[in-house]
Amino acid sequence: MTDIPLTEIPLTEIPLTEIPMIEKLLSLTATTGFLYLTPGMLIMWAIGITLIYLAIAKEYEPLLLLPIGFGILLANLPLTDLMKPDEGLLWKFYHFGIQWEIIPPLIFLGLGALTDFGPLLARPSLIFLGAGAQAGVYFTFFFAHLMGFSIQESAGIGIIGGADGPTTIFLTTKLAPHLLGSCAVAAYSYMALVPIIQPPIMKMLTTPEERVIRMKKSRKVKPLEKLLFPIVSTLVIILLVPASAPLISMFMIGNLFREAKVVERLTHAAQNELLNIVTIFLGLPVGATMNAENFLQPRVIFIFCLGLFAFMISTATGLLLAKAMNLFLKDKINPLLGAAGVSAVPMAARVVHKMGAEADKKNYLLMYAMGPNVAGVIGTVIAAGIFLTLLG
Amino acid sequence: MSEEILAPLAGKIVKSLLKVGDKVEEDAEAFILEAMKMETPVYVPCDGTVQSVNVKVGDEVAEDDILAVIE
Repeated sequence: MTDIPLTEIPLTEIPLTEIPMIEKLLSLTATTGFLYLTPGMLIMWAIGITLIYLAIAKEYEPLLLLPIGFGILLANLPLTDLMKPDEGLLWKFYHFGIQWEIIPPLIFLGLGALTDFGPLLARPSLIFLGAGAQAGVYFTFFFAHLMGFSIQESAGIGIIGGADGPTTIFLTTKLAPHLLGSCAVAAYSYMALVPIIQPPIMKMLTTPEERVIRMKKSRKVKPLEKLLFPIVSTLVIILLVPASAPLISMFMIGNLFREAKVVERLTHAAQNELLNIVTIFLGLPVGATMNAENFLQPRVIFIFCLGLFAFMISTATGLLLAKAMNLFLKDKINPLLGAAGVSAVPMAARVVHKMGAEADKKNYLLMYAMGPNVAGVIGTVIAAGIFLTLLG
Repeated sequence: MSEEILAPLAGKIVKSLLKVGDKVEEDAEAFILEAMKMETPVYVPCDGTVQSVNVKVGDEVAEDDILAVIE
């Protein structure tokens, strides 16, 4: 080479091999994401990885928390544009799946095909417990609003108390989309924590004598009743709360498939393949809405606290309502059943059964608890429908 | 005098712990039923000898089905 400084040679005249190595490396690093990482992104990675860990190691709602956790990682990688409107892959899942209200109703189709309304029909009075346990939703709604959340945001936060993931996602997307990630993660986390959150409240509000109450045998439910239930309840509920139509209609058609017993292929597809596929496309984009700017705010902590509060109030009001019903009933019901009014199916019913069996190992409350439990699902959807009607 | 073990709820038998001729005591575990993805034990109602076992592992039973008879 000559002694002329590099800068004085026109760039085009240098053979490519002679650009100093360092500059090439620099231009390469500029295209990678490393330079654009922010501390907030790293915190979000930790949150995402924690959810993935809880899903795998503790099996906390793995079907949802695993894809949500991974979605959080993806949303906090720079330069990917995965959530860029009109272009990003995850944005498309989010927009066409969730914003277009397709995925939550499809989840409900699968849940309807999986739900046996027999226990509810055997003892229809238990439907009140499913309704009573929605009190936490409304209580928290007012409380969140008092704390300064907008009225739409408060509805999304309150609905966490119903402990119903798809309904929470459905409502928050419509009323307060910026809170979607936090509300969904709160709802699914508390669903996973049902066996930890509920028992202390159940012990506190019931006496040992109440916990050993055995339920009077339920009557046998005829197949015709089960067949008519999805049809009649669709008509009644949608006429009462038209805004609940997307979720209720899908839920009940799924249930009609199941009870009709002539379309087993459809029942099976709704319960398995379809439900599994939409679950994948639900979790990823929900996680991807949780970028650092959006999520790392003090108010998110409030959302988690309020959601927990909502859930605890719902459990407590369910129990208290069951005790109140006992004042009027000749055949006493076990007040533990009230805790099954939250719609975490079937976790809440299992918790009730276990608490009952702890008090008396030959007391089998599981199937009785499924009644208020499935009523709770419908109750939460109706609560969401009322919010949509009033605030949408 | 014989007493029947009835299924307390509908579910699938995942474990059957009784054999015909066994001497059993009240409150011993007789079967494990699986319902709602949860395992629930079914207990022997009285002291006695197992006279018959009517179900095997994997059977789906309805509520009040007779699972076994104790004498």
